[in-house]
Amino acid sequence: MAGVDQLDQIFFEGVADGQLRVQQCSDCGAHQFYPRVVCKHCGSEQLKWISASGRGRVASFSVVRRGVSAEFEAPYIVALITLEEGVTMMSHLVDVEPEQVASGMAVRVAFRPVGGADIRPVFLRAEVS
Amino acid sequence: MDLSNVAIVGSFETDLGVVTDRGPMALGVQATLGAIADAGLQASAIDGLITCNSLVTPVMYHAEATAEYAGLTPGHCLSVGTGGGTTYTALRYAAAAIQTGLATTVVVSMADSMRSFMTRDRAMAVQSSSGHPLFEQPYGPTVPAYYALIARAHMDTYGTTEAQFAEAMVSSRAWAHLNPTAQYRERVTVDDVLASKPIADPLKLLDCSIVSDGGAAVVLTTLERARDLPHAPIVLKGYGEGHHYEHISQAKDLTKSAAADSGKAALAGAGIEPADIQLAQLYDCFSPALLIQLEDLGFCEKGTGGEFLASGATRPGGNLPVNTHGGMLSHCHPGNPGAIFGLTEAIRQYRGEAKERQLAHLEHTLLHAQGGIMSSHATVVLGRAN
Ligand SMILES: [Zn+2]
Repeated sequence: MAGVDQLDQIFFEGVADGQLRVQQCSDCGAHQFYPRVVCKHCGSEQLKWISASGRGRVASFSVVRRGVSAEFEAPYIVALITLEEGVTMMSHLVDVEPEQVASGMAVRVAFRPVGGADIRPVFLRAEVS
Repeated sequence: MDLSNVAIVGSFETDLGVVTDRGPMALGVQATLGAIADAGLQASAIDGLITCNSLVTPVMYHAEATAEYAGLTPGHCLSVGTGGGTTYTALRYAAAAIQTGLATTVVVSMADSMRSFMTRDRAMAVQSSSGHPLFEQPYGPTVPAYYALIARAHMDTYGTTEAQFAEAMVSSRAWAHLNPTAQYRERVTVDDVLASKPIADPLKLLDCSIVSDGGAAVVLTTLERARDLPHAPIVLKGYGEGHHYEHISQAKDLTKSAAADSGKAALAGAGIEPADIQLAQLYDCFSPALLIQLEDLGFCEKGTGGEFLASGATRPGGNLPVNTHGGMLSHCHPGNPGAIFGLTEAIRQYRGEAKERQLAHLEHTLLHAQGGIMSSHATVVLGRAN
């Protein structure tokens, strides 16, 4: 993939293995996403990778009715997902009707091709027990 | 820092809207030379030129190329990469150059032609490239979708309604109806906005800014020099910036922006309160952006932006006229330079040349612009010279 450095590559290798990897700081314990060479909370360079639970909640979402390009067939749902680990990432909500989506909805990760291109983390509606 | 020894002395807008006979560079040069002439200056008096690069035809050395085309040989050239908040950032850097003696008379000039010189697909691609290249853009977010995430969060948190967002365009068109240079002038109702084409829920076509061609420029110099020039000088009373994040997925709070920081700093610099502002020229790229700026800049309480818009306060005859030219929702939004027309309209208001839109009393104007997705903010307070 263009523009992917070695650090990003660790994330995408995780995706290939069905893992949602985020960084955790060994000094302050905070998680962060996207990958960085320093902890954005404390400045430490002692960062390790963990495999996130893949569970989270919808922080906000939009049903895109006019797609960005021919590769993205509308409607599709762009969402911000806050993971249990406390980090937020952009993704798609899939296998769910737009009318069923609400902020706060519990979701879990899956790995699917996005926009007719590479496999990326997307999110499904989670059954909450 | 006291900014009031720097004055705006010249202003010019090119043809706006759909302009097919001139491209971005030609429009930028026309704006530059027009502003110099408006200031009553010779081209040789200009020793600084700040331009904003074009999205349509970007060039490596944009300010230098503009100077060359215009036949100017300024001692200082600076190109800024993008528009949005940097429109007013450029104004502040021009003032700083003048205050520190780097330059005496500086032109800030911006133009682009997203409407006539770029295909719709290319325009979509260029604009959505503000997203993170690896962790946002691959999900196909359009720019309206980014702002829709903010709108949805505001609805969820404060109960704001789609009808309240629609009031942004109602207000914009009420002003644009009075402005012959506005690209869209037909009045609309809340129902018209709600019935317009869905773009990215909850935003519809009439929650979104327009796409235009056009340019504008202003000239700044010392207040001392300004006293000898034809127009009554307009001075910078305060300035502030705020930057909390760049990419929307990194925002700590989707409903509160760094406009709170930039506005606070600008008002403090001017020594005034929001209630002392008679004209607010805000960045209305999308209806939720306008609504949240009204809150963060202190014109209404957090969470009440929807009610404030629906009250009619921002429309002709309201307590806080906003975007009297029609803003980017109706007047002109050529790409990066959208905010500069908020400034040139304010200058027109100070000069008493706004005709049907003319405000009866104008001492303080607040200008606000932002770039990214409510990411980087710049606020200016303008006033009359003492
Ligand atoms: Zn840390």
